[in-house]
Amino acid sequence: MGNFRRITRRKFIQVTTAAAAGSMVCCTNKKTPWRFFTIEEGQTVGAICERIIPADQDPGATEAGVVNFIDLQLMGPYKRHRASYRQGIRGVEQASLKMFGHRFTELSPERQDEVLKELERGGAAGEAWKGLSSKDFFSLILSHTMQGFYGDPRHGGNRGRVSWKMLGLPYPPIRGRLHYDLTS
Amino acid sequence: MALRHVNAVVVGAGAGGGIVAKELAAAGLSVVLLERGKWYSAFDCRKDDLRNQRTSVLGCGFGPDDERYRRVVVDAQGHERSVLPSEGVYGNNAACVGGGTFSYGAMAWRYMEKDFRMRSTYGAVEGSTLEDWPISYADLEPHYEKAEWEIGVSGDDSRNPFHAPRKKPLPMPPHPPGREHEILRPAAERLGLHPFDIPMLRNTVPYNGRPACMRCRWCVGFACEVDAKNGAHNTVIPKALASGNCVLRAECVAKEILTDDRGRVTGVAYFDSQDGLQVQSADLVVVSCGATETARLLLNSRSKLFPNGLGNRSDWVGRNLQGHCYAGAYGLFDYDLYDDIGPGASIAISDFNHGNPGLVGGGALCNEFIRLPYQFSSMIPPTLPGWGRAHKDFMRQAYRRCIVVMGPAQEMPVFEARVQVDARVKDNWGIPVARLSGSNHPHTLEVARFLMSKSEAWLKEAGAKGTWPRPPRVGLSGGQHQAGTCRMGNDPKTSVVNRYCQVHDVDNLFVVDGSVHVTNGGFNPVLTIMAIAYYASAHLVEGWKGTRFRG
Repeated sequence: MGNFRRITRRKFIQVTTAAAAGSMVCCTNKKTPWRFFTIEEGQTVGAICERIIPADQDPGATEAGVVNFIDLQLMGPYKRHRASYRQGIRGVEQASLKMFGHRFTELSPERQDEVLKELERGGAAGEAWKGLSSKDFFSLILSHTMQGFYGDPRHGGNRGRVSWKMLGLPYPPIRGRLHYDLTS
Repeated sequence: MALRHVNAVVVGAGAGGGIVAKELAAAGLSVVLLERGKWYSAFDCRKDDLRNQRTSVLGCGFGPDDERYRRVVVDAQGHERSVLPSEGVYGNNAACVGGGTFSYGAMAWRYMEKDFRMRSTYGAVEGSTLEDWPISYADLEPHYEKAEWEIGVSGDDSRNPFHAPRKKPLPMPPHPPGREHEILRPAAERLGLHPFDIPMLRNTVPYNGRPACMRCRWCVGFACEVDAKNGAHNTVIPKALASGNCVLRAECVAKEILTDDRGRVTGVAYFDSQDGLQVQSADLVVVSCGATETARLLLNSRSKLFPNGLGNRSDWVGRNLQGHCYAGAYGLFDYDLYDDIGPGASIAISDFNHGNPGLVGGGALCNEFIRLPYQFSSMIPPTLPGWGRAHKDFMRQAYRRCIVVMGPAQEMPVFEARVQVDARVKDNWGIPVARLSGSNHPHTLEVARFLMSKSEAWLKEAGAKGTWPRPPRVGLSGGQHQAGTCRMGNDPKTSVVNRYCQVHDVDNLFVVDGSVHVTNGGFNPVLTIMAIAYYASAHLVEGWKGTRFRG
C-alpha cells in the first residue's frame, strides 16, 4: 500500500498551481512527446542510447524504448538526475560541434562513437562540463540505458521484451500460485 | 495517553529481534516489538528486477525508502556526501518485518570453531582489532541447532569435512542439483576439494505448515511468492504474536532509548506510523536494528549520565563495522548451461576458510544465485568495451553460458571503520543520521584476492573456455552482512556488551544482532545472528525469573 499522508490546503494549492503553470509553459512550446525531455533532447538521448546498444540482428535501444524508460524514471526515482541530463545533453552537443561541426544526431554512427569515447574518457570539450564531468554523465546514461534495455518492461523500456527474447530468457512465471495449496 | 508499561521493548523485527521477541513472549513476558518498516507478505513479491533488495537502482523493494531516509558517507579522501538508501554506498539492509530475512538469499552457515578464536589462531594483525570471541562455538552449538529446526534449514554438509561438530543433521534435504552444480561438483573433486550442498533457510519439502520452494529465478533480493523462504516474518514473529504476549508495531521509528537518573533504561521514544511521538516504557530494552542502525540508536540516546550515547563510555560503539569482502570469478563455457532453476546457488566448498598459507582466515566459495539480465550487463570481461556492438554480442552469447563462483572473505576488523551520527544531516523525523567512514583492511583484500584465484581455478577445471576475475572492492564494508559495531567482550574497555549481549554498564539494556560479532566468519552471518539471539534470550529469560531486570 502507498504511504498515505494528509495534505494541507496550502500544499494542495501550491502543487496544483505549479502543475497548472507547468502545463501552460508546455503548451506554448512545440509539443514534445516526452514527459521531461524536449523534442531535441529526446532525439539526442535516443541517438546516444542507440550507440550504446545498437540494433543488429536483434532490436537496439531505440526499438526497445529506452528513451521512454529514462524519461519516465526522470519523473520518479531519477528526479535527482534531471539537472545532469539537461546539462549533459548540452555538453554532448557542444562536444559534437567542436569535434565535427554538427549536432550529435547529424553525425554518422562512427563519429557518434568518437564523441561518446571522448565523453567516456572524461575529456569532452564544451563549457557545459562544469560541475559535471563528461565521464560521470556517460556512466550515468550508460547504466540507465542498460536498465532500460535489459530491465523489466513495466518500467517503460524493453518494449516487447526484446532483450529477454534475445537472451533466450523464458518469460517470468505468472503469479497466482498462492491460490493453490502446495502444503500437502 | 501513555502506553501501557510492558516488560520488554524489542527494537527491530529482523533475524535477531524476531527471535528475542518470540522467546521472551513464550516465557510469559509482555513484549512490544517495534519495526520501522512495513509488514509485507508473499503477495508483495513483485518480481521487479530493478526495484528489489539486490538491485535497488529504482528503489529498495522492502525499504528503507529514498524519501525519508539518508546516511552520510565519508570517502577515503575525506569527502562527505549525503546518500540515498537505493545507492550502493548506503550499506542498506531491508527495513521491514523480518528485516533482511524477508528477501535474503538465505544461506544458513554455522561459523567454524576457529572463527570464534581468530586472534589465538592467527595472532595479532597490524592495523586490525582482531580478537577472540568471549564465547565459543560449543556455547552456540545448541542454539545453532534450534535455529536450524525452528526456522527451518535444508541442505547437507555431511560431505564437508571442515564443518564444526553438530549433534543433529539438518531438518530438510537439499534441492536436487541444478546444471551448474552438476558441472562444478566433479571439477571440485578432481581438484581434491570437498564440494557439498549449501545449507539454506529455504523449504525443499513442506515444513512448518508452508510449502516447498518452487525453484523460480527470483530469489535473493525478492520476497518468496510461495512463502518457502524461512525468516523471522513467517516463523518466530507469528509465534510471538500467537502467544498473546507480544504486540508488533510496524512503521514505528525508534528515536532514542530513555534512561532514568540511576542510569537504567526506562523505555523507548519512537515515532508511530502517523509520525506522532510515543513513549513505550519497559523493564528492559533489546536493540536489534542491525549493526549500522543499532549503533546509531545507541549514539543518539544521550543524557547527562551518558553524554556520548548509551554503552559508549569506552568509545567502542559504532567501531569495527564489517561485512564481507566478496571476490570470485566468472567462467564462460562453450555450451548452453542455463537451466532457469532457482535459487541458483547450491554448491559450496569450505576448503579455503582456514589454513591458507600466509593468510589470516579465508572464506567459503559458492556458485552464485541466478543473474538477471541487467545484473549480468556489468559482469563483462575487463578486455571488453562496456557498450556498443561488442557488448551486445557478448550479452547474447554469454548470458546462458556463464557460471559465477565467489565467496565472502572474512574481514579483519578495523577500529576506524565506523558508524557515527552526523552533526548536520537528519532524517524525515529530525533524527541525526548514521555517518559511515573508514575502509577495509589491506589483508582482507589479500584474502579476497586469494579466493578470487581459487574461484578461477575451479571454473577452469570445470571446463570454462574463458575466465575473468570479480575483484574485491576497496572501501567500507557493511550492507546486508553488516556486523561488529557493538563488540561482545569480557573487558568493558574494549567492548560494548558482555558475553550475554548485555550492555556493560546498563543492566537492563541488550544488543542482539550482528553488532555483537567480534569477527564475522567467512560465511553469510544470518544463522549465527539467529543462534546468538536464542542464546541471549535463554540468558535473559533465566535472569528475568530472578527478577534481576525489574526496576
